Formats: sequence, structure tokens, C-alpha cells
Amino acid sequence: MPDNHKTNMEQHNNKIIHPQFIKEGKPVAFSAEVLGKIRQLLLRYPEDHRKSALLPVLHIAQEELGGYLSVDVMDHVAALLGILPIEVYEVATFYSMFYLDKMGHYVIEVCRTGPCAISGGEKIMQHLRDVLRIEPGGTTPDGLFTLKEVECLGSCGSGPVMQVNTGYYENLTPGRVDKILEELRENANKDKPDDSTWVEKFC
Amino acid sequence: MGGKILLAGIDVPGIRGFDVYRSLGGYASVEKALREMTPALVNTEVTKSGLRGRGGAGFPTGLKWSFLDRKSDKPRYLVCNADESEPGTFKDRYLMHHLPHRLIEGLILSSYALGVKTCYIYIRGEFKYLVGILEKAIREAHEHGLLGEKILGTDFSLNIYVHPGAGAYICGEETALLESLEGKRGNPRIKPPFPAFKGLYGCPTVVNNVETLATVGPIIGMGGEAYARLGKGKSTGTKLISACGNINRPGVYEIELGLPVEDFLYSPEYCDGIAGDKYLKAVIAGGSSVPVLPAGLILNTVKGEKRLMTYESLSDGEFATGTMLGSGGFIVFDEDACMVRNTWNLSRFYHHESCGQCSPCREGTGWMEKVLYRVEHGQGKMSDIDLLVRVAKNIEGNTICPLGDAAAWPVASAIRHFRKEFEYHVEHPERVKNINHGSLFPLAVE
Repeated sequence: MPDNHKTNMEQHNNKIIHPQFIKEGKPVAFSAEVLGKIRQLLLRYPEDHRKSALLPVLHIAQEELGGYLSVDVMDHVAALLGILPIEVYEVATFYSMFYLDKMGHYVIEVCRTGPCAISGGEKIMQHLRDVLRIEPGGTTPDGLFTLKEVECLGSCGSGPVMQVNTGYYENLTPGRVDKILEELRENANKDKPDDSTWVEKFC
Repeated sequence: MGGKILLAGIDVPGIRGFDVYRSLGGYASVEKALREMTPALVNTEVTKSGLRGRGGAGFPTGLKWSFLDRKSDKPRYLVCNADESEPGTFKDRYLMHHLPHRLIEGLILSSYALGVKTCYIYIRGEFKYLVGILEKAIREAHEHGLLGEKILGTDFSLNIYVHPGAGAYICGEETALLESLEGKRGNPRIKPPFPAFKGLYGCPTVVNNVETLATVGPIIGMGGEAYARLGKGKSTGTKLISACGNINRPGVYEIELGLPVEDFLYSPEYCDGIAGDKYLKAVIAGGSSVPVLPAGLILNTVKGEKRLMTYESLSDGEFATGTMLGSGGFIVFDEDACMVRNTWNLSRFYHHESCGQCSPCREGTGWMEKVLYRVEHGQGKMSDIDLLVRVAKNIEGNTICPLGDAAAWPVASAIRHFRKEFEYHVEHPERVKNINHGSLFPLAVE
């Protein structure tokens, strides 16, 4: 791509398209093991409807290839499933669990919907903002935590609730949140907090 | 209620595993059906049971199954809707977590009845931890010859696959769910054609809720007529109710339909009353989409009869003074709850979750959220209240799927029953501006 054209595109993109939608051209690839498991996953759907596997494969891609869906990752998935890149972009931008930005090591998602709100969810969010010193959508400078507000997590009887990388933490109090954050910090060099990866779930 | 039916055995240690589940009579219904009953007979039993869709619509399951295009030479599909995202509803999560085999058993029976060879469980992506539990249950069923080729030595073959969503409330709507399962955005389809004729991949498809399908096992076990004797009138059998909000015992309870709302709310067996001995202010009885009712109308109908937990009794008085059983998400508000704030909160939810396909919903939910935000934050005008009613009215019935209605009803009903509280917010901007928790409006205790 000629340089002047690229600059124009970037300017254009910054206006209407998310900056993360600029293709970097970095090589991305699943490991042989993961790729094998994805091929198994494809067999669950009829041969002429392999696109059905898009959501599960995007979950795996996000987890295995950097924690968010860059254009390079999405293009890779498109090639793998034999569909157009736009078919992946339109899906990735629709569903709230797919991230288009680089995320922190831990993504903390706090439920803000009705039942959680009346059982103290708003206070939990305020507490997290105070402690982490970031607003929803932001990431701490050390790259450890990203804070997000999400809609109902289906945990209304045990609210307030938050998910940390899809692991559930329920019946929260500000004190419990402090303890959880402390544990997460201590374990930051170890595995992520959810019990297993998407690939393991399916196989 | 004495015995549990759907949740039978839930307290037994190890019930999540195949062996314990089987030792307590699990999969006996599958043996009975495959060895002694024709698929048509299984259908008949489900019809006789009077089972109605437990996801919210309450449509008779046997009737829905009868619509399936059985003349088509295309493969048929059964899709289990586990995209439980309705605020206040967490019953399917509970059922799948503790009794995954009850669901698998129901899926095998339903697939047998419908002549289905491939069944997908579409589960919301946030329930990632349940994917492992379900996959394990499916694996165990395979190992014991209850799934795969030639089940129990018969000609019936079935595979069940778990398919995760990725965070979209709209995918709980059956045609949006099918779109999503095909790897697309969750935009609902125009009906007709109904999924029974053109569903997944254009093939005849039945989509049912987790609880509905899981109930098929007990129905075949006890017989459709015996199941229909439970409950009251056309609301047969039992239903899972997920209770939350300002109550002493939030949780999932299996009730026999027909239980008075008052008993459910105050019995120590269920909700055990309002937390902190406060007054009951309002209840959303069937998930956030159904109209909210004030204390007086949820306990008794406008005719002065006791309100019961049935499809009919809860909708008695229609939307003027009634509500719906819906998904069974029972949200309780105490005297301190601010109805304006809650309505704004739910409007924000529907705005966030609108797929954007139909203008009335895409734009209307946004306007309702904005107007409610300013009323709640002390910037409202008196005309805003009627504006909200008008916007809600213009969304209702004008969209492809029921999300538009679901967004309109909570707003319309909150204004219908709590108009004075909205007016109070407009009249006292300085008092509501900086305080966002609890009610500033004195509760009118009748």
C-alpha cells in the first residue's frame, strides 16, 4: 500500500472506524495443537456450513492470539473458515465478549443491570474505579487490569457480580473485591483465573 | 410443595456425574421411550402434559412440535436455547450447573420424538464454565451408549453439541439464535417462515428453552396425564422461579404452578419475606421484560382474588393491572427502591442490547434511556413523562422481534403504576440530583 494512501486511510479510519481496524500485517497463527482441535470443532457442523464455527473459533482466537481480535487475527480466522474477512468483522463488532482493543491481563467486567444494581452493584463499580484509578473502558498503566461495565450476567440471585476473564465472582462487597484484586496481583505471573481455556472446554 | 420433579435429586452429592444420576433412575425415561414407545407416542405424552414453553412465551410445547415440517426431506434440528440473559433470570444456569444430565436426557427424548439426529445447545458465552460441565455430561452419555450411533441398540442415532454465544441478549430470541448459530450477527429473522419450516440452515428446526426440554424426561417418566394433574388449569406442572432483589432468600425454587404469590414471597421455604423487614414496594414477576406491578396488584388481582403463580393469574387484568409469568425471573423491590432509577437502568439494558435492525427499537430504546436519565438526574420536564409513554407506544408492536415490546413494557408499566414518583423527580430536581440510591419518594403504604 503506498504511504500517502495509507495516511489517508488512517485519517479516514480514525473518523468512522476504530483505529484498531488498521491491518498491521503481523503474522499470526494457531499452534499445531490448537489448530488440530479447531479442525475437530469444525466437524460438529455440516460440511457446507463451517461458518457456524465462527463464534467458538473467535473465542479460541481471542484467548490464544493476544487477548483481543486484531485485524490480522480476524483475517486469519476468515482464511481458516474459508469466509470473507468482512463476515468476521461484522460478527466481532456485534458481540460484547469480543474485544477489538488490547486488553489488560485481567479483564474485570462488572454487571450493572437492575437486580445487581439494587443489591449494591453500583457501589462495587465505584469502589473498583477508586481502587484501580481508572474509568470503565480503561486499563491500568501497568497493563494488569481492564475495567468494563457489562449487562446482566445471569447471576441476579448472588449479586453484585463481576467476571474476571469469564470466571465468576459473586456476592461481592468492597472488602471482598480488595481481597480478589490482591490475589489476582499475586497470581499475575501464573495462569489466568478461569479454570480452563476454550480449547480445553471443547476437547 | 412436597416432591421436586425437575430438580429431583439436586441435593444428592455427585448428582452432576453420570453414575449417581443413573443410580437414581436417570435415563430410565430414555430406555422406556426408545424400547417401548414410538416417537409419535412421546409427542402425544408431551402434548397431554400441557407443558408450556418455559423461556418466557408460555407457548404449548406439544403444539410447537406439531408444527415441525415432517414432510421435508431435509435434516431436522433441535436447538436448545441456553442463552439465558433476561435480567432476573438464572434458572437455566442453575439447572445445567447441578443437573446437566437432566437436560441431556430431555434432549435425547425430544430428539427421538422429533426425528432429529443433530442437536445443538446454544449457551451464552459468559457461561463458559458450564460448557465444560455440559461437554463432560455429553461425553459420559456417549460412553454409556446413550448418545452416538444406534442408541441402546435401536436405530436411533443422535449427537449433541454445545455451541457458545458471545454476549448478546438478542440471541435468546429464537431466530436471532439461529442466525448466531450459523456464524452471523444476531439479527432476528422475519416470521413467517417459522423455524419449524425454515430454521437452522433452512431446515425444519425446533428451538426450545433449557427448562422446557429438561422437563420432557420427568414427563415421559411419570406420564403426560400425571404431569398435567400438577399445577392449576392450563398452567400444568412445576416451574423454576429464580427469585432475586430485596428478599431474605434469593435463589432458584421449583414450585407447583398455582402457588399464591404471597406464599412464594413470604414462605420461609421460598423467598422468606422482604430483607430487613421492610415493606414490599413492587415486583417484576417474570424477568425484566414484563410489566412491573406495585405491591397491591402483585399480591391480589384487581378483582380482589389472590394472585397465583400461573400464566393466567399473573396476566389477569392484562397490562392495565396485570403482568406475565414470563421466564420466572422474580425481582422484588423494597420500600427504598427508586422506580425511576430502576426503569432508567432497564432502559439502558435494552438500548445496549437492541440489535439495531428495526428503527423503532434502535432509536426508541436510545431515546427512552436518554429521557429517563435526565428525569432520574434532576433534569427532567413534566412533559418527559408523557413523551416516554408515547415513545414506548411507538416501539411496541412495530419491530420484527419482541425485544421492542420488552423494552417498552417496563417503561410504560412503571409510569402507569408509579407516575407520582416520576413527577416527584421532575418537581424536586435538587433532591434527586446528587443522590442516586434509594427512594426519595415517600412510599404510599395502603
